[in-house]
Amino acid sequence: MSVRNEEALAAAEKLSTYEWGFTSDIEQEFAPKGLNEDTVRFISAKKGEPEWMLDWRLKAFRRWLTMTPPDWAKLNVPPIDYQDAYYYAAPKAKPKLGSLDEVDPEILRTYEKLGIPIAEQKLLAGVVEEADPDAPPQRKVAVDAVFDSVSVATTFREELKKAGVIFLSISEAIREYPELVKKWLGKVVPQHDNYFATLNSAVFSDGTFVYIPEGVRCPMELSTYFRINAENTGQFERTLIVADKGAYVSYLEGCTAPQRDENQLHAAVVELVALDDAEIKYSTVQNWYPGDAEGKGGIYNFVTKRALCQGRNSKVSWTQVETGSAITWKYPSCVLAGENSVGEFYSVAVTTNHQQADTGTKMIHLGKGSRSTIVSKGISAGQSNNTYRGLVKVGPTAEGVRNFTQCDSLLLGDKCGAHTVPYIEVRNPSAQIEHEATTSKISDDQLFYAMQRGLDAEESVALIVNGFAREVLQQLPMEFAVEAQKLLGISLEGSVG
Amino acid sequence: MCFDCAQHERIWNGNVMLKIENLHAEVDGKAILKGITLSINPGEIHAIMGPNGAGKSTTAYVLGGRPGYDVTEGSATFDGKDLFEMEPHERAAAGLFLGFQYPVEIPGVSNLQFLRTALNAQRKARGEAELSGGEFIKLARKEADALGLDPEMLKRPVNVGFSGGEKKRNEMVQMGIIAPKLAILDETDSGLDIDALKAVGHGINTIMRRPDRAVLLITHYQRLLDYVKPDFVHVLAAGRIVRTGGPELAHELEREGYGQITDELAA
Repeated sequence: MSVRNEEALAAAEKLSTYEWGFTSDIEQEFAPKGLNEDTVRFISAKKGEPEWMLDWRLKAFRRWLTMTPPDWAKLNVPPIDYQDAYYYAAPKAKPKLGSLDEVDPEILRTYEKLGIPIAEQKLLAGVVEEADPDAPPQRKVAVDAVFDSVSVATTFREELKKAGVIFLSISEAIREYPELVKKWLGKVVPQHDNYFATLNSAVFSDGTFVYIPEGVRCPMELSTYFRINAENTGQFERTLIVADKGAYVSYLEGCTAPQRDENQLHAAVVELVALDDAEIKYSTVQNWYPGDAEGKGGIYNFVTKRALCQGRNSKVSWTQVETGSAITWKYPSCVLAGENSVGEFYSVAVTTNHQQADTGTKMIHLGKGSRSTIVSKGISAGQSNNTYRGLVKVGPTAEGVRNFTQCDSLLLGDKCGAHTVPYIEVRNPSAQIEHEATTSKISDDQLFYAMQRGLDAEESVALIVNGFAREVLQQLPMEFAVEAQKLLGISLEGSVG
Repeated sequence: MCFDCAQHERIWNGNVMLKIENLHAEVDGKAILKGITLSINPGEIHAIMGPNGAGKSTTAYVLGGRPGYDVTEGSATFDGKDLFEMEPHERAAAGLFLGFQYPVEIPGVSNLQFLRTALNAQRKARGEAELSGGEFIKLARKEADALGLDPEMLKRPVNVGFSGGEKKRNEMVQMGIIAPKLAILDETDSGLDIDALKAVGHGINTIMRRPDRAVLLITHYQRLLDYVKPDFVHVLAAGRIVRTGGPELAHELEREGYGQITDELAA
């Protein structure tokens, strides 16, 4: 069943402007095309899943058949033929990877082209450096690399193990920690939550599982690089992170995808759980192929991300920099159930050409004294549409809730759109809710001022846009912030003058 | 003393930094500059004075390359190169600095980040090594100290929340860091109190009063010229230079106003 895709390679040679639009020449193993119960069984069998997992998937699949896609977003989504896609693709079987050396060098080259930060590149290349006592302490990043649908390499596993941290692909976790997975899977995002989450529940191929035990501060940042590689392969990632009492973890997710003419669907589900006094920081830099200048091709990014701040004083912070995808439908949210729990959402969303983004957050305040902060920065250029959609909801028993929301939009050119759609539902009169919104354009004055100091037009725009997005970018861990800054500049190339 | 002759002699020396000939320019289809001819040599400070609407700021913008300020006739060379063939950032890298009448705010970008990015872009364009963060901060602090700008201001977003005086001092700090060959300062003295005026004057003298650098001061009032003594004063009216003289011309204008000149033109 392995396929060497000559056509894809030929297409890769014709790549034009998308810097990361290359195709790796790796033998793939596909599930048969189309979607039915047999597809679900195939995926489950491929992953050697226990019976309960298959049942869970099938239940979701049957539910999905009765559902319809959401249509309330300000998006124009062409109909998707779910039968005309592959739901499983794995790099050709390499039973058990003992070390990184065994990883297909082609895959490593792929990561190199993605510009994965040097620290991670070294890790992926298998470079183990002896600690130099005189050297300044380096920040450590552990990488769980997802290549299409299967995790190919997990680093730093030993050190994490010592700390008691579980950091695995979700397939492995289902086999090795079934009780933990069973306890939390689908508890934050129920199977039937929405059309795409239900589809994901049925056919998720791989993803990441993280468990930080009570009182443990994860000794390094955890990172997963997603990459969609096979043509026509929908990617259905499933991520579950549980921070037990008093635990802390910072998780980085970065994504790019190669150029394709056909649209690709990405419907991931991310569930976070924070118990008493636990904190999870989840950062995303999303750079999937946005389609060409005419709006042809590109990824459909329909993602459900939600955190349950279940414990007292628990905290979850979402930070996202979204520059890619043809269509983005994404609302990383927090259910603030715990007393004095805290939810944060920091977002930069860039749309150019014909991209469409409808993104924002939901802060559901159920716990007394829970607080949330929303800072959203939308940047629109070309003929794109960029919508912030956010819900702040306060339950009747949640006393003393506070929310602060700030939505800023920046327009480049006069053919793009910026929209802000805040929903505020307050059922407790003690709540303090603030909402601020601004819309601005990059002025000719700013551009000329920066250019007169020596920056070319694109550098000037990148600088001004980075300033606009600063409050969000400074929330990112250092390695990511640098990457994100560059990405903002690259994304907007060609949108001036 | 014949300033035209003096100018001619300087031009013959072949040492001209900025040479403007018969410059015509328009904004929104309206002719503003109607034939400016002017030469500036290294080591010289020139002042352009004139009534409102004479084309003073337009001159600065045209030389800086601001979009929307279109050259319709004439030429300008900077160190022998055609200025109008260069993009604004290329002119900056070549050594042309424009001090803005209304310095622009760039929210979220610190002064340090802005200037380091800009300076390194210029250095790169000139084939020079980029400055490291440490080297740059040292340089920036030195220049801020020299101009009496609180170094903490360097960390603040570019011009955001700065008073008028702080903005102009900040322009001078930028000039000190960038160290241009030619500074064109557009009404840098406007809106300044006496202390800020002194500081700006001091900045211009210490940074730019050098044999290899030159200044084109654009001003409405004579008062800045008490602190920065020009070698030449030009009077711009209705898009043309109608008189050229030494520093005493500025005093004459201060006493008698621009009325006489505009009357002469009208006649």
